Amino acid sequence: MVEAAPNAALRATGLHKRFGGLKAVSDVSIDVQVGEIHAVIGPNGAGKSTLINLLSGELFANDGAILLDATDITRLPPDRRARHGLGRAYQKTTIFPKFTVHENVRLAAQARSPSPLRMFGSVRSDANVHDLAAQAIARVGLTAQTRIVASDLSHGEQRQLEIAMVLATDPRIILLDEPLAGMGQVEARGIIDLISSLKAGRAVLLVEHDMDAVFELADRLTVMHDGCVIASGSPQEVRMHPAVRTAYLGDHGDAS
Amino acid sequence: MDLVTVGVQLLNAIQYGMVLFLVASGLTLVFGILGVINLAHGAFYMFGAYLAYWIAAYTGSFWIAMIAGIAIAFVVGLVLENVFIRRLYGRDHLVQVLLSFGLILVIDEAREILFGKDVHSVAPPAWLSGSIQLTDNLSYPVYRLAICGFCLIVAALIFFVITRTRIGMIVRAGAENREMTRVLGIKFDVVNRYVFAVGIALAALGGIVVAPISTVFPGMGDGMLILSFVVVVLGGIGSVAGAAVGALLIGLTDTFGKVFFPSVSSILIYVLMAAVLLWRPNGILGRREV
Amino acid sequence: MRGWLIPIVLLAAAVALPFVVPTYYVQFVSKAFIMGILAMALNLAVGHGGLVSLCHAAFFGLAGYVLALLSPGYDPASLLLTLPAAMLAAGLAALIIGALALRTRGVYFIMVTLAFGEMLFFLFHDTGIAGGSDGAYVNAKPEIAIAGHQLLDLASPMAFYFVVLFFLIATIAILTMLVRSPFGHALAAARDNERRARSLGFPIYRIRLIAFVISGAIAGLAGYFAAAQFGFVAPQMLGWHLSATVLVMVLIGGLRSVTGPLIGALVLIVLEEVLKASTDYWKLVEGLIIIVIVLALPGGVRQLWPMIFGERSDKQPPRQAAAPVAEGHHG
Repeated sequence: MVEAAPNAALRATGLHKRFGGLKAVSDVSIDVQVGEIHAVIGPNGAGKSTLINLLSGELFANDGAILLDATDITRLPPDRRARHGLGRAYQKTTIFPKFTVHENVRLAAQARSPSPLRMFGSVRSDANVHDLAAQAIARVGLTAQTRIVASDLSHGEQRQLEIAMVLATDPRIILLDEPLAGMGQVEARGIIDLISSLKAGRAVLLVEHDMDAVFELADRLTVMHDGCVIASGSPQEVRMHPAVRTAYLGDHGDAS
Repeated sequence: MDLVTVGVQLLNAIQYGMVLFLVASGLTLVFGILGVINLAHGAFYMFGAYLAYWIAAYTGSFWIAMIAGIAIAFVVGLVLENVFIRRLYGRDHLVQVLLSFGLILVIDEAREILFGKDVHSVAPPAWLSGSIQLTDNLSYPVYRLAICGFCLIVAALIFFVITRTRIGMIVRAGAENREMTRVLGIKFDVVNRYVFAVGIALAALGGIVVAPISTVFPGMGDGMLILSFVVVVLGGIGSVAGAAVGALLIGLTDTFGKVFFPSVSSILIYVLMAAVLLWRPNGILGRREV
Repeated sequence: MRGWLIPIVLLAAAVALPFVVPTYYVQFVSKAFIMGILAMALNLAVGHGGLVSLCHAAFFGLAGYVLALLSPGYDPASLLLTLPAAMLAAGLAALIIGALALRTRGVYFIMVTLAFGEMLFFLFHDTGIAGGSDGAYVNAKPEIAIAGHQLLDLASPMAFYFVVLFFLIATIAILTMLVRSPFGHALAAARDNERRARSLGFPIYRIRLIAFVISGAIAGLAGYFAAAQFGFVAPQMLGWHLSATVLVMVLIGGLRSVTGPLIGALVLIVLEEVLKASTDYWKLVEGLIIIVIVLALPGGVRQLWPMIFGERSDKQPPRQAAAPVAEGHHG
């Protein structure tokens, strides 16, 4: 078990989640620090999806606590966690398909603006929000596609869009749920570089099956199996860990 | 209120709930398995009642009316599914709501053309038309008891088909994961058609069964529609067991509500619904939002 | 400037109308405007919010009943007092019903709004409030008066028409402003992908509830004038058949624009008049027409003509799309 560091952007301790009789997550603790990419790996059914849902607020834990900086977010719904600085990208790209790239990211920036639900005045009048959106779009390299409707983008571009949206909310911690799933080599390369750049000034939690990408990106690694954490530490330490070798790395991962 | 009166009201509540269950289970099947919200469900209930009246008057036999009524409703259901309903699968709810609303207008007018606006009554079959003597002054109609029994049999039949037969398994599989079952090559068009027809037939059956104890009147469909919706909301969409629980609750609330709070009895049901929603937004036996 | 031309022309026509046509038509158009306000109000919830509500007639009727209850015997009620009261009542009902209904999703929401709408129907039908199933009269049209001096008497069809026209324009203005505002965009986002909107930090429940309440209050505005015009309120004003009929108007006119439902209301009201005059079984024909429209024109009657009427709520800037995007791209 890793000692929880004092400047962790996100710290979860003792998380439990049951579905009926099934224990999906058992006594899981994890923390992510600013400036690091902390990857969570494990075979299917290990509880990674449940964990990320517990962290983002889509599921509430039966037990345990989650702290975002100093704030206890354990009982907060997803939108309030977002307003405290939590951003999430989903396994199945979750964007606004009928809006343009610009509008998608603009909405994200709007959500974190001082008056996100203002009922008068056109959205065009808020220059700040527009600038933030343009910056986020440029950051992921989608400036050329700004005016294209999101559903017309390629799979990889949609992933980039989702990350731009998350960036536009200026999050403290970003949760990435299998961002490389279903990607070709070239597209994946672009996303990997993008993810690597995200950790500057932020904390990044990455759930991913692609082992090569994980070992390239991760500063720390947590391995889950059957709902529990079986190892946690630097990629080197985890690689050598006997429990991990038996349970997981021995069979070269699995089909995503 | 003495024990016998309570008992009688209880019987009434159960009988009322049974008919509700019959109709609501048709609704929840159509919604749970086909994913279609059908506002015309109440109109079929009304149509069943009018059919029963007409056929019984024409042939003199309630049984023929029942069997013919179910058969006609079933066939109409098959045709409607083929022509209209299957165009609604996967479409947004507004479209489904409006199409079924259009159907109501058509069915209402058809009823007016065929049977007029009159209110009718239907005689129950002779051997069921008596009463059981409960006390010196109180007797309970046999027919109402027969309704309870009949609905129980139908419920058992539905349960048996859904849980123990191959077709029931297919239907349940389709409700869980339509894509997968299609990949497995099961002909869903046919299954859907029959499911819808059964759903409609259940509504009509409710109307037929209820005709001898309630008046057959033009507005009866509306009332039953709202009630069966409330039953489904209470019990959880797609859950036949939920429909049973919901129907019983409504039956009890409505019957005893009329006894204790007659002026606001019709509103009590909605208060009950509001209370349940605060506690379980997906219905008592519906999928829990984790 | 082109975008302004059509609305200006129509406005001019609307202003000129009562001076050139017989009184019957003035009243007919007033009625159409009232239903237009109702339909546009409903569309805030349905088209922009993605909330299919079957209880809006309840807000409409409730406001009408408030007018009837607040009207003093045979004297005209004060519009400046009774209209806000009616809208407040409607908004309050929307707040309570919305607060409960919005805890549910999808089909449950539709069923719950239907049920609560019916509850209000029974409230007026079964209890002694305002005449029960017999209904109640609004004996004198409301007036606009300040400190006892009458400024405008709505008993005159012309005055009534212009007051309604004023509120029609006000409604269009308010709804357009809402839809273009950050709030409106957030509402549309919640409609298009609730999960994503929530995870960005938008408080979905609150946004929808606010939209629902505003929608209910404006429906109340329409109901107030409907009661004033008809001079009579009955429980049927709250019935779900009316709610469904207004939904048809919304569908006909198109969900994505603010003024589309106004056209839908005009089309349906004219259609009903024509049908009623032609056959006794007009409901059958109307039902069939609804079925046909629903199956053939999911994007509304607007699919029939290329002319864009009114502003699109999710303003799409010009696209340099790789592939063409089809119109009426509904989920």
